[in-house]
Amino acid sequence: MPTKRMMEPFWWALFGAGGTVAALLVPIHLFLQGIAAPLGWVSINPTLFGHLLVKLYLFVLISLPLYHWAHRFRYTLYDLGVKGMRQPIAVLCYGIAVVGTIVTAWILWRG
Amino acid sequence: MTAARPDRPKMFQPKMPANWWLKHPKYFLFMLRELSSVFIAIFLVVFLIQIAQLLRGPAAYKAFVQTLRAPGWIIFHIVAFLFALYHSITWFEAASKILVIRRGEHRVPPQDVVAVGFTAWGVVSFVILVLVLLLRS
Amino acid sequence: MSEPTVTLHVTRYHPEHDSAPRRQSYSVPYRQDWVVLDALNYIKDQIDGTLTFRWSCRMGVCGSCGMMVNGVPRLTCAAFLREYYPHEIRVEPLTNFPIMRDLVIDMSDFMEKLRSVKPWIIRDEEKPLEEGEYLQTPAELEQYKQFSMCINCMLCYAACPVYGLEPEFVGPAAIALAQRYNLDSRDQGHKQRGPVIASHEGIWDCTFVGECSEVCPKSVDPAGAIQQAKVTTTNEWFKSLLLPWGKR
Repeated sequence: MPTKRMMEPFWWALFGAGGTVAALLVPIHLFLQGIAAPLGWVSINPTLFGHLLVKLYLFVLISLPLYHWAHRFRYTLYDLGVKGMRQPIAVLCYGIAVVGTIVTAWILWRG
Repeated sequence: MTAARPDRPKMFQPKMPANWWLKHPKYFLFMLRELSSVFIAIFLVVFLIQIAQLLRGPAAYKAFVQTLRAPGWIIFHIVAFLFALYHSITWFEAASKILVIRRGEHRVPPQDVVAVGFTAWGVVSFVILVLVLLLRS
Repeated sequence: MSEPTVTLHVTRYHPEHDSAPRRQSYSVPYRQDWVVLDALNYIKDQIDGTLTFRWSCRMGVCGSCGMMVNGVPRLTCAAFLREYYPHEIRVEPLTNFPIMRDLVIDMSDFMEKLRSVKPWIIRDEEKPLEEGEYLQTPAELEQYKQFSMCINCMLCYAACPVYGLEPEFVGPAAIALAQRYNLDSRDQGHKQRGPVIASHEGIWDCTFVGECSEVCPKSVDPAGAIQQAKVTTTNEWFKSLLLPWGKR
């Protein structure tokens, strides 16, 4: 085993989890919140969002796919030929995902 | 790696063009798949703001939903929706290559894994749709 | 009665007098049962003896005749003229490799990468001969059989944009072959291959474009092999983190 533990498998695991959550849940929520609700086809019940279970669900739904984005976007920048900045790009991408996770938790918690 | 040796003639090292992903339809589709993660992330941020406004109160929420009625936002969400569909489809296809389930010599056909993924996707989406409609205000 | 013909545009590069590759066009007979390799051999035998290219078995098992045909990595012994006729056919050396001469590329980088993954059975201790062969059930064979079909033709490296962008990338075939041995019940060398496979230049550079598996003439599915290696490596990572006392 390497003496310095590489973090790659950890981010990949989050990427996989986030991508699966996104694949299963994002399309329907996108349709409901982004198209149906604004156009008045459906009205979301606000009291739903007070529930702890709903908040946990929303936390997973929003924060996990951020890691899917971070990992994918990091490697897309590599694939677009961005060289010599591999470390900063990785830190930036995962950093944004972590910040997003904290903000999501805070918004859901204080609400 | 390709240094010319005295006993070897000069080799020609081709350079990878910066727009390599525009050179082949398959490469372009790959880039679209990767790009889908950006649209999904942006939607989730908008969704989070929507929730934040909803938790502030009905007036704030109503105002935000009004903003989302703007044609620009509707178009964004339609485009993001198409990208999200593309992500889901390619995700389950990819999963079928990774999830190798074997019983003795027999391997579960990849198409079956894709079918399970698509079914789960359909069921989950339907359940959420029903819940939202049943529990609407 | 004149025979139908097809035009081939072939990359030429003679380093003794060329500074860069150029294209030369040849008109060859179009025959229903001819492959691109037949056309190249016709050119060499009848038109231009200076054309240089690799080939051997002409039946898709040796892996020698890989080239770009109309921008797609193909075994030229398996690419029929009738797939392209009456359109013109562009024949170029495999992408992402240095060009030595005409259609011949330098494969030393691939050979080095292949060697680095130790593609052979590794045992902690060899059984003495008197004890007989290492036995294996059909089910155990199935675990790795698909990955053992690789003929080292390097079409996957030509198709892989990551290999083009990142020359250090170990690449599809080498990783698939490492998996072939890691999954072989007779092998005990998983740990020894780890430093090469589970490194940044190994599985983690791969972004699952998937073109390697698309072009593979033996359906090895190196993309699948790489992603499966990511799963295994990730599982081990979490295990060693959460169960550090575990015997590993």
